[in-house]
Amino acid sequence: MTTGIGWNDVFDFRDYGALLDLVHNSLYAGALLGLVGGLVGVFVVARDLPFAVHGISELSFAGAAAALLLGVNVVLGSLVGSVLAAVLFGVLGVRAKEHNSAIGVLMPFGLGLGVLFLALYQGRSANKFGLLTGQIVAVDDPQLLSLAIIATVVVAALAVVWRPLLFASLDPELAAARGVPVRVLSPVFMLVLGLAVAMSVQIVGALLVLALLVTPAAAAVRVSASPFLVPVLSVAFAVTAVVGGTLLALGSSIPISPYVTTVSFTTYLVCRLVGRVRRPAARPATAVPDAVAPRR
Amino acid sequence: MSAHPRGRDPRPPGAPALRLRDAGLAFGERRLWTGLDLDVAPGEFVAVLGANGAGKTSLLKVVLGQRPLSAGTIEVAGRPVRRGGRDIGYVPQQRGLEATTPLRARDFVRLGLDGHRWGPLLPSRRADAAVDRVLAAVGATSYADAPVGRLSGGEQQRLRVAQGIVGDPALLLCDEPLLSLDLHHAQAVSRLVDRCRHDSGAAVLFVTHDINPVLPYVDRVLYLAAGRFRIGPPAEVMTSTTLSELYGSPVEVVESGGRLLVVGGAAPSPHPHEEVSS
Repeated sequence: MTTGIGWNDVFDFRDYGALLDLVHNSLYAGALLGLVGGLVGVFVVARDLPFAVHGISELSFAGAAAALLLGVNVVLGSLVGSVLAAVLFGVLGVRAKEHNSAIGVLMPFGLGLGVLFLALYQGRSANKFGLLTGQIVAVDDPQLLSLAIIATVVVAALAVVWRPLLFASLDPELAAARGVPVRVLSPVFMLVLGLAVAMSVQIVGALLVLALLVTPAAAAVRVSASPFLVPVLSVAFAVTAVVGGTLLALGSSIPISPYVTTVSFTTYLVCRLVGRVRRPAARPATAVPDAVAPRR
Repeated sequence: MSAHPRGRDPRPPGAPALRLRDAGLAFGERRLWTGLDLDVAPGEFVAVLGANGAGKTSLLKVVLGQRPLSAGTIEVAGRPVRRGGRDIGYVPQQRGLEATTPLRARDFVRLGLDGHRWGPLLPSRRADAAVDRVLAAVGATSYADAPVGRLSGGEQQRLRVAQGIVGDPALLLCDEPLLSLDLHHAQAVSRLVDRCRHDSGAAVLFVTHDINPVLPYVDRVLYLAAGRFRIGPPAEVMTSTTLSELYGSPVEVVESGGRLLVVGGAAPSPHPHEEVSS
């Protein structure tokens, strides 16, 4: 063994098979999370809500920390925190522009509360840290079950509202003119987002939720403009990031999040590169002479 | 619902595309217009002009079912209006779309057909057929599979016309669709709307601040000003006498190089008209 920080602290794949047995719950949880994160992310990107995701995750963290302190179910705590945050943001403003200052005000307060609860908590410090930076072997059977239930609710809700929500996200005025209930869909999506964030906080921690709910979808829209392919790619990228990150994190004493975020970020970089190569900034002129129309 | 609303729910035959009877709209004490009677025949092109704040946009909202009338009745294709009614196609102002919008031109147009329906968005052969037809009609076939966010403003506005007509509406509502387009594109889009109403038999209600790009196609003008209105062919309405009467102050309509310029008409709402366009 070496003293100080060595490569073996980052990657050490001895006894990998035995470790794998220990974490199969985490892998299932990761796959569920990838599915939910990839799908929800499509709308987070389309509705320009990354900041809201961050805000919700901090309040979700506060909820989870409170649950830890009170000795109740942590999933429940993070769920209450994030749904409360999502509803608050939904009430405070429909458009991203209106959201942002409300989020900026609530987020540090939530984070502060979370830190307070953790400071008061006398239990294992690994639990404390896990809420912020993610944990890997901590997924037990009841927790996996609760994650599966949340994932089912999120996917079912998205399946119902998918098309009008996409319409409302990309072109709200026109969607309203076509009879899409834009004002109802907005809080519905915030609620779905709250559930997805609560799930993610369990695995990757509050600080890095964006890597699952934003990065995969942001990568997908760089390489495709097909509304059928983008969600598929986004889910594939998200699942790769969580499951891949978990498998990598197994052989180390470092939390899972740096692995997940690195895989996620790498995917994004590759997609930007591919997008740049396949789709040069200046589109070749078409048969129709459309050149100088101003853009807003 | 099907891709062809007419097959599902036939429109009452012979009904006007739009019928307003003694219609009035007021915000509290402020009356925008009252006693408006208007029948728009299928295939007719009606331009809605008037001062800012005269109630052009509000009229559109009434027709879209987003705002109730204060008085009178309104029917579209023989039926009372309702929010999101399928008898109406809508072409909004040109607004730029994000470059990373996850839609190709054809998907964007398809939203006008079934974007309001619940459930996931899945590939559909029937929708494809309808979309291909209108893409060809607006001359957008060559960029049908291009990402919509990367098209020019003029191209996007063609697609918005396609989006408006893809549901085979009885009435095509255009809300300043030429705004922020240059003269060349404004003329092209106007021509397109005119051709679409001939091909489909849809009536057109075209809200604009500048009549010139659509002047060759307009059958009648609805001019709203100072709580009053005037309806008639452009040659009758767009005259110094009529508009002065309407505004209650001297207004001059000048013809210059085949273009109509409206000068004056400042009272009661300031600066009612953008005389010179692009």
